[in-house]
Amino acid sequence: MKLSRREVVANNVVLIAFSLFAVIPLVGVLLSSLTPSVENSGGFSIPKSLVFSNYGDAWTQGSFGSYLMSSVIVTVAVVALTAVLGIFAGFGFSRFRFRGSGILFGLIVIGMALPSEAFIIPLYFNLRDVGLTDSYWALILPQTAQSLGFAVFWMRNQFRAFPLEIIEAARLDGASDTRVLWQIMVPPMISQIGTMLLLVMMWTWNEFLIPLVMIVSTSRKTAPLGLASFQGQHLTNYSLLSAAGVMVAIPVVLIYFIMQKKFISGVAGGISLR
Amino acid sequence: MTRDDESGDGRSVQPGLAASNEEYDEKKLRGSRFRSIIAPYLYVAPAFVVFAAFLGWQLVQTAEYSLFDWDGLGASTFVGLSNYLETFQDPEIRSSFIHALVLTLFYAGIPVIVALILTVLISRSSKMKVMSFYRTVLFLPQVISSVVVATIWVSMYSQNGFINQILNAFHLGGLTHAWLGDYSTALIAIGVVGTWTNMGLCLVLFLSGVGNIEPELFEAVRLDGANKWQEFFAITLPELRGQISVALTLTVISAFKTFDLVFVTTRGGPGNSTSVPAWEAYNRAFNTGQVGLASAVAVVLTVLIVIITWAIGRIDAKETA
Repeated sequence: MKLSRREVVANNVVLIAFSLFAVIPLVGVLLSSLTPSVENSGGFSIPKSLVFSNYGDAWTQGSFGSYLMSSVIVTVAVVALTAVLGIFAGFGFSRFRFRGSGILFGLIVIGMALPSEAFIIPLYFNLRDVGLTDSYWALILPQTAQSLGFAVFWMRNQFRAFPLEIIEAARLDGASDTRVLWQIMVPPMISQIGTMLLLVMMWTWNEFLIPLVMIVSTSRKTAPLGLASFQGQHLTNYSLLSAAGVMVAIPVVLIYFIMQKKFISGVAGGISLR
Repeated sequence: MTRDDESGDGRSVQPGLAASNEEYDEKKLRGSRFRSIIAPYLYVAPAFVVFAAFLGWQLVQTAEYSLFDWDGLGASTFVGLSNYLETFQDPEIRSSFIHALVLTLFYAGIPVIVALILTVLISRSSKMKVMSFYRTVLFLPQVISSVVVATIWVSMYSQNGFINQILNAFHLGGLTHAWLGDYSTALIAIGVVGTWTNMGLCLVLFLSGVGNIEPELFEAVRLDGANKWQEFFAITLPELRGQISVALTLTVISAFKTFDLVFVTTRGGPGNSTSVPAWEAYNRAFNTGQVGLASAVAVVLTVLIVIITWAIGRIDAKETA
């Protein structure tokens, strides 16, 4: 089926309109971050001159260097832990039948759908009792637990689709289970594993409630939490706020632009598999 | 829950794989009791332990907390189900659940319906070369931290912000508002942010679904002389069932989970006109020392989300069968 010229034009008009709806607030914040504070009243305007110093001011006044560093530490740790634990568990659930496997799998996967409110209240008091609140562990461990729901589910489905003949051939050559997993199954699945890890990265970076409840010290605040406190201190300095917001969003947005296919297929495909 | 059903489905879809798996395991692994009995647990254990310690057990404890009266510091007293009674009777908490319903209209209702209408208008667009560009742009609001989204919209809604600028440009200056500061508009203003976030998600899902429909199906009804709308109800809508179910699940749950946006923009105010269940749970547990009541709210919210997920999955499953 070929599209007629009129159809192409009409489609473009509709899609452009909705793309503008999605993009105008984002262009607005970029422009606002480059407008001098005194000229910025929160509206959408093209700045007369571009002022990059807002970024420097936000960086120093809001210790965003430290916020971004905390986010990097937590995100890297959660992604690494989720990768290892998720691959092992996904392999276990896909390759073996064992007593209780259905229940164990169901329990872990439930974590995918639950709101953080379901566990954050006791978690805070329990971690406080063992002196772990206000530490990176209070962010890394719960967020790993949350990510594992999706990771285990995703990896089990991917491993199930892996051609059995290849596994059997490797087994006949005397390869152990662990060898089969890491040397036969994982390498050709790097792309699917990458999709899963990109989503985990995005969720971890953007998480707000867990850091909000757990973290007090400025030095351990993550980027979104840091931005929220910064927002509380500079309510109407839209230039500074916009610059700060751009800094918090940009790492994920950049990776999204490079890997947008994986993000979209992950959200569309991963969740619809449920 | 949908995924429980589906994990069963998944197994039954691949009987060949499972059967030969078992056959294989039995032949090769007999005699190695360790490998066949203990090994699977070892693969699964690390993930399960992390899940159980930091999520599963906490979930059980939330339910336990909800039966006690506790301020977070002193002694706690067992109060049975009275926190649940209070959850349903306290006017503030009750209205927070009603606010979540209103938000559902903006987060799920409007985006799904508008995206479906657009899908009719542009149903053959997946053949367009620039499609991946639009998809990237439309999906963008989904990847931006909700705190950043909140700060962006705070300035859009401010007195001299973009929304009021537009109204002034159309000589509707009389309608300008401090949108987030007004009792009558604050909740709707938050809802519109949800519409903005979820619109592109729905559109991207539906357009990719339409792209997967066999072109012959459309050609068949077109030969019968169907117009665009008849085509939509005969082919597009039924074929998109899966995508609609996914879109509804994601968007309805995002409405019920709303927290970050409310925390940054209004903290439930003005008055409690924008309080949502997640905000009530957070605020009462960590600010006003009502840990038991907060836990009851959290349990009710969780149960609601599980039921919604399950119910939307049922609609899809039933129509498929």
